Amino acid sequence: MATDLVPEVVQPAADSSQPASAPRRKRRTKTLGRDLWRYRWLYLLLLPGLVYFALFKYLPMYGLTIAFKDYVPFLGYSGSEWVGLKHFQELFTGPDFGRLMFNTLLLAVLTVVFVFPAPIVVALLLNELRVNVLKRSVQSLVYIPHFLSWTIVASLTYLLFSVDFGVIANWIHGLVGGQKTDYVAQADWFRPLIVLQLLWKQTGWGTIIYLAALAGVDSQLYEAARVDGAGRWRQFWHITLPAIRPTIVVMAILTSGHLMDSGFEQIWLMTTSLNRDVADVFDTFVYYIGITQGSFSYATAVGLFKGVIGVVLIFGSNLLAKRMGQRGLF
Amino acid sequence: MKQRVRYYDSVGSRVFDVLNVVVLTALAVVTVLPLLYVLAGSFATESEISSRPFFLWPHKFVTDTYHYIFSTDTFVRALLTTVGVTAVGTVIQLLLTLTMAYPLAKKFLPGRALVLNLVIFTLVFSGGMIPTYLVVRDLGLLDSYWALMLPLAINPFYLIVVKSFFQELPEALEEAARIDGCNELNVFLRIVLPLSKPIIATFSLFYAVGIWNDYMSPLLYIDDSKKWTLQMIVRQLTAANADSANVLQQLETVTFPEQGLKFAVVVVATLPILFFYPFLQKHFAKGVLIGSVKE
Repeated sequence: MATDLVPEVVQPAADSSQPASAPRRKRRTKTLGRDLWRYRWLYLLLLPGLVYFALFKYLPMYGLTIAFKDYVPFLGYSGSEWVGLKHFQELFTGPDFGRLMFNTLLLAVLTVVFVFPAPIVVALLLNELRVNVLKRSVQSLVYIPHFLSWTIVASLTYLLFSVDFGVIANWIHGLVGGQKTDYVAQADWFRPLIVLQLLWKQTGWGTIIYLAALAGVDSQLYEAARVDGAGRWRQFWHITLPAIRPTIVVMAILTSGHLMDSGFEQIWLMTTSLNRDVADVFDTFVYYIGITQGSFSYATAVGLFKGVIGVVLIFGSNLLAKRMGQRGLF
Repeated sequence: MKQRVRYYDSVGSRVFDVLNVVVLTALAVVTVLPLLYVLAGSFATESEISSRPFFLWPHKFVTDTYHYIFSTDTFVRALLTTVGVTAVGTVIQLLLTLTMAYPLAKKFLPGRALVLNLVIFTLVFSGGMIPTYLVVRDLGLLDSYWALMLPLAINPFYLIVVKSFFQELPEALEEAARIDGCNELNVFLRIVLPLSKPIIATFSLFYAVGIWNDYMSPLLYIDDSKKWTLQMIVRQLTAANADSANVLQQLETVTFPEQGLKFAVVVVATLPILFFYPFLQKHFAKGVLIGSVKE
């Protein structure tokens, strides 16, 4: 390992050609500098990414400290006065908390009940489809909405459901009669439309992961089951369903971490002056308080509260999954 | 998926098959119908939009709406801005993602595990909207196009997928290059990148779609309506509480196709994505995306 200290000009190839297997000797203080020099090109490549993560991911995490301060821009992060849990107290005892919590949780429940199972069902149906051409065409079409922006989805909703000329609104009106309903603006229709949008946008895309799991099932299992006289239903029940259970568990864990994320763009775009009471969730509240009103510290506290719950949920559900004998995510 | 070719065909099984075909076909149709309707509506006259309940082919085929939106500075500027930001932003994202993923794929690199864990942690927890906004503000990026690109420069999830891809490249090729006197930088540029064309293609599309569709960044960081992107215009024109007349107000006296232009704007903002969609689709269907997060 003498080559370690030899400048690269002399021994260009050797210094990086024996990395993994190189016997580790006792190296202490010199090690760091030597490694840095030895792998300088790799570290150089790493550098821009590191700077990115430091600036746009970890600096904001440091910025979270203003949740415990009364942040004044010209005093900066460290100069602003420390106020402890004041903003959290304000949040928990304030008039908005109950409503925000209720709206956020209700949307989360609706998501779990309607949006989460949808791709599983569709994937299972697709898996049973015997005509391959049809299967592929259906897949191609239902993936499309995933790639459209929330502004497009909101606009489509508006174009289809608006009072004046919305096709679906008119159609329902023709069927039911009575007064015309303004689906887009009214509070009653906010949650159904949100769920509908999520279903339209994400169901197709969500099937990919389950279809991948289904494609991995050994076909011999089905043959063996058939020899044993298992019908189609029993094959589904005893082979297909168990095959995707681990995937369902992983997706459930991932989803649980986002239960408090209501999808800022989607909610924001669907919020009107008439439905604010049911539409306000933590995500949009942070925007109103922080960006519109400039209460950075309070808004950061709200965001931090939400983020911490997200972390607790994802680790909690992972633990739960492991307790229940599943593999979990990490 | 040949496992179902020879099948017992009980009556129930056959009935299910028929129903399944019907249900899935209906699902696919329902998924694309709104898009087809909007496309048809964008070529229809104002009166046809308001009078006909639903159509996929306009009686009278007109392009007024497109003439109108492309005659407004606001729209054209937003379109050019979006194209520019998407192009430059995607290049930045690819550069940063590829250069960071390569060293992270080298298991022998001291410090790799630490960096990797720091990256994975950002998938679970983040500073959130306000602290990120403050960083962008403190960097002087408010009202700058950079604010639409830099804060999103690396998607940690994509980074991990690319890293896994690099890890699976045959080590022998890189080894040979090293023995021939290539340093790591040259190995990366001359050996690894040319082998990575498929994944570069995939992620440039994913990144481009992400920037093109981004609404939150311009909403947060761009005040100056002259720097708005297409998504902001779409929102201003067609959102539930929008006031479309005020947005493209440059022609105050001229009557313009008020409903029709909403259709046209949606079409223009959607079309590039639908155009690239077949290329996108070629790559993502393998389900590689999540699998590679678990090492």
